[in-house]
Amino acid sequence: MTTTTDHHDPMTTPEVGGIGHSVKRHEDDRFIQGAGNYVDDIVLPGMLYMTLVRSPWAHATINGIDASAAEAIDGVVAVVTGELLAEYNLAWMPTMSGDTQAVLATDKVRFQGQEVAAVISTDPYVGRDGADAVVVDYDPLPPVTNPMQGLESDAPIIRTDLEDKGDNVAYEWESGDSAAVEEAFAKADRVVTLETHYPRSHPAPLETCGIVADVSPVTGQATLYMTSQAPHAHRTVFALVAGLPEQNIRIISPDLGGGFGNKVPVYPGYVVATAASLVIGKPVKWVETRYENLISTGFGRDYHMKGELAVTNKGKILGLKVDLLSDQGAFYSDAQPSKFPAGLFGIVTGSYEYPAAQVTAKGIYTNKAPGGIAYRCSFRVTEASYLIERLVQNAAYELEMDPAEFRSKNFIQADNFPYESPTGFVYDSGDYETAMRKAMDMVGYDDLRAEQAKAREEGRLIGIGMASFTEVVGAGNSQDYDILGLKMFDSAELRIHPTGKAILKLGVKAQGQGHETTFAQIVAEELGIPSSDVKVVEGDTDNTPYGLGTYASRSTPVAGAATSMVSRKVRDKARDIAAHLLEASADDLEWENGKFSVKGSPDSSVSIQDIAFAAYTNHPQGMEGGLEGVHYYDPPNMTYPFGTYIVAVEVDPGTGQWKVNRMVAVDDCGVRINPMIVDGQIQGGLTEGFAMANMQWITFDDDGNCLNAHFDNYMIPTAWETPRFELGETITPSPHHPIGAKGVGESATVGSPAAYVNAIIDALQHRGVTNIDMPVLPDRVWQALQESEG
Amino acid sequence: MQITVTANGTEHSADVEPRTLLVDFIRSDLGLTGTHIGCDTTACGVCTVLLDGTPVKSCTVFAVQANGQSITTVEGLKQNGDLHPIQAAFKEEHGLQCGFCTPAMMLVGSKLIEDNPNPTEDEVRWAISGNLCRCTGYVNIVKSIQLAGKMAAAGGDS
Repeated sequence: MTTTTDHHDPMTTPEVGGIGHSVKRHEDDRFIQGAGNYVDDIVLPGMLYMTLVRSPWAHATINGIDASAAEAIDGVVAVVTGELLAEYNLAWMPTMSGDTQAVLATDKVRFQGQEVAAVISTDPYVGRDGADAVVVDYDPLPPVTNPMQGLESDAPIIRTDLEDKGDNVAYEWESGDSAAVEEAFAKADRVVTLETHYPRSHPAPLETCGIVADVSPVTGQATLYMTSQAPHAHRTVFALVAGLPEQNIRIISPDLGGGFGNKVPVYPGYVVATAASLVIGKPVKWVETRYENLISTGFGRDYHMKGELAVTNKGKILGLKVDLLSDQGAFYSDAQPSKFPAGLFGIVTGSYEYPAAQVTAKGIYTNKAPGGIAYRCSFRVTEASYLIERLVQNAAYELEMDPAEFRSKNFIQADNFPYESPTGFVYDSGDYETAMRKAMDMVGYDDLRAEQAKAREEGRLIGIGMASFTEVVGAGNSQDYDILGLKMFDSAELRIHPTGKAILKLGVKAQGQGHETTFAQIVAEELGIPSSDVKVVEGDTDNTPYGLGTYASRSTPVAGAATSMVSRKVRDKARDIAAHLLEASADDLEWENGKFSVKGSPDSSVSIQDIAFAAYTNHPQGMEGGLEGVHYYDPPNMTYPFGTYIVAVEVDPGTGQWKVNRMVAVDDCGVRINPMIVDGQIQGGLTEGFAMANMQWITFDDDGNCLNAHFDNYMIPTAWETPRFELGETITPSPHHPIGAKGVGESATVGSPAAYVNAIIDALQHRGVTNIDMPVLPDRVWQALQESEG
Repeated sequence: MQITVTANGTEHSADVEPRTLLVDFIRSDLGLTGTHIGCDTTACGVCTVLLDGTPVKSCTVFAVQANGQSITTVEGLKQNGDLHPIQAAFKEEHGLQCGFCTPAMMLVGSKLIEDNPNPTEDEVRWAISGNLCRCTGYVNIVKSIQLAGKMAAAGGDS
């Protein structure tokens, strides 16, 4: 068991700026002066531009492509088709889930917006003219627009490219113990059921995806400036797809304008631009438009879920049964660990202790864009957390208990960690009751309930929703987690220079999380070198150690741990140099505040800076010179951040509109490296959670036309709609992480949607409303109220 | 068409196609890449610049329409080597994460505090409601703009 506290005192001075200090961000100086360097800012001599031709149809046979009019336009250099790519064996590529995906369609198109041809031009405006002039002859086919339809016996088969594929099933998967679940359900007094759709959503970072591909016709060296959250993994994929020698591929992921999972997959545009540069011998730039980003690149969610919770009348949960139908789009391309076809959905048992759970899942091909990426989420943890938190709230209503009391009765107790869940996850640490009570105190829970009762008498609809989520993040231990066989450890390389200044190189890649500051703080904590003296380098495969990248809240749990460990390796060597300088035995030295001193003689000491200088000028004979190290960290377990969010809403019964009056978020992500940055992550996540609950979704009509491929109909909250947040914290360190930290970048996106929706349901449940699917649009609320009155 | 604009105090003349968007002119012809592009429908606001002192979304203005006018981009905020208070305040209050919306947010904020050095939270939120941010939840952007107002009124950046 670990101890939970309400704050963490820094061990270093503010000047050193180690763990626990809200150090101002090192990366900000370039951004506030307009000197960020994003992919679209990169201009190379002789650079050409690529514009993609995309399918207007969701499902259609391609009879032929006539590019002659496009090729006749002045400034159009070439038109690339799938047929041409096929000559280089590049018309198809592997997905992150071991399926294949068309790079440029050859046989037929399988979703609206699919890549069909590419126009290479000397000017981007001319490229658009060229793309408009490419004539593609299509024969439309009937589309499959949802997974239920995809399962029907007469459904059109989408993946005719796969040999003997007679259905639209991408995968089937099962987890848990069905016999134990049957037993639990037989004992239950009642079963609470919830069927809900977690809609398709899109991460929509404000910077879209893009590449500048520069393949040298002289050396064969491919330098690819790419919007990549996982540059090393992408280099390996490129080596495998394109057959280029891996040492000749250098991926540079410069500043990224947000990612949220959108920049994890390898997209066709990257591959075509690289192939075009290879063939033409000039650099080629491709940057998506927003329309292209929303219609074709990695979506998140789109799970049709049925959950059943077996409970006793006294309010104890006995078991959980979940059935999932996943809308995969045309290619199965979830970017997730290979052992987990439905991601880490098994965390669906949540923050509660009961003996039996079972999950069955089917992934279905549909005529929609592929994706299934972990949108600000550790591989389907968001869907899982949403389902259990909605179910728990509804169970409380059925049992006529307060939802907080029902949670409290079923929480995994603080002295019961590590806790092994019925689906096989070993939760590292937690104290759910303390976090929930803190959130209830902050929001004034009892007063809010009293206000709600009074409002009901006046005919007003006030609701209080809660979510006490648990995440599983930080993939991960290599026996369980790999992507395409690549184990999900991560790395850090640290060199201390003669003047005591350091450079830290990482296998991960930030997209706004502030790694250049927080990882420097870890070095400061471990070595006493001020964080301002530590330069952090990421996103260049030639100049950083191998790693799987930044997503699924894995940077701090894995690369953060690697940074601690490499710092400690460097400190071990520093101790030997210090012993030489102090003419003492290494065993007689003690380490404090960035100095080694002889035990009992604090005046006899050398600082880490003195030691660094000696490592290059006066190191012991026989010892290797220099002061540096590298560490590949294979975590022993995942980390399990948790928290409780409470939302109070008022629903307008006349219009169905709802407004957030209060939003309290208590997060426990273990030790916080930089509290300012942690709060910033949570505020951003709470906003994306609100977006999903309130407005943000990708939907299609029956012909497979995407209805939300622009920001004027894919709604994102502005400052005006975004609720005000009240943040709180508890600190329960991870027992296995070197500095006790857990991931935090996704907690709020994972935990908050259920809190918002539970609040709306709480306002309406006395009228018999038990579910409204997200986004909870006013017309849906209004409709639910009409039906409940009827 | 021949146009002349003054960008961040420097006069530029150029021959542009009539269909060239101002944002592309700023980024490609002037090489000022701190102004970004985030959508196709004038929704996200990351391309916002000041045109004769007024915030405009430069993806919805043709370059030729800017003829004879002055343009201020993020690169023009710093004066005589000193950060504009809005720049200092964004760093101080952690008003940015990925940095992509930041130049536009700062330009809108700089105009707001010029007109109203002590804006309320609602006034700031309304002023930036044409600019999207996906990272921050706007909380610290609001604080940054309010702090910048105070700093500007005090006549310095610290």
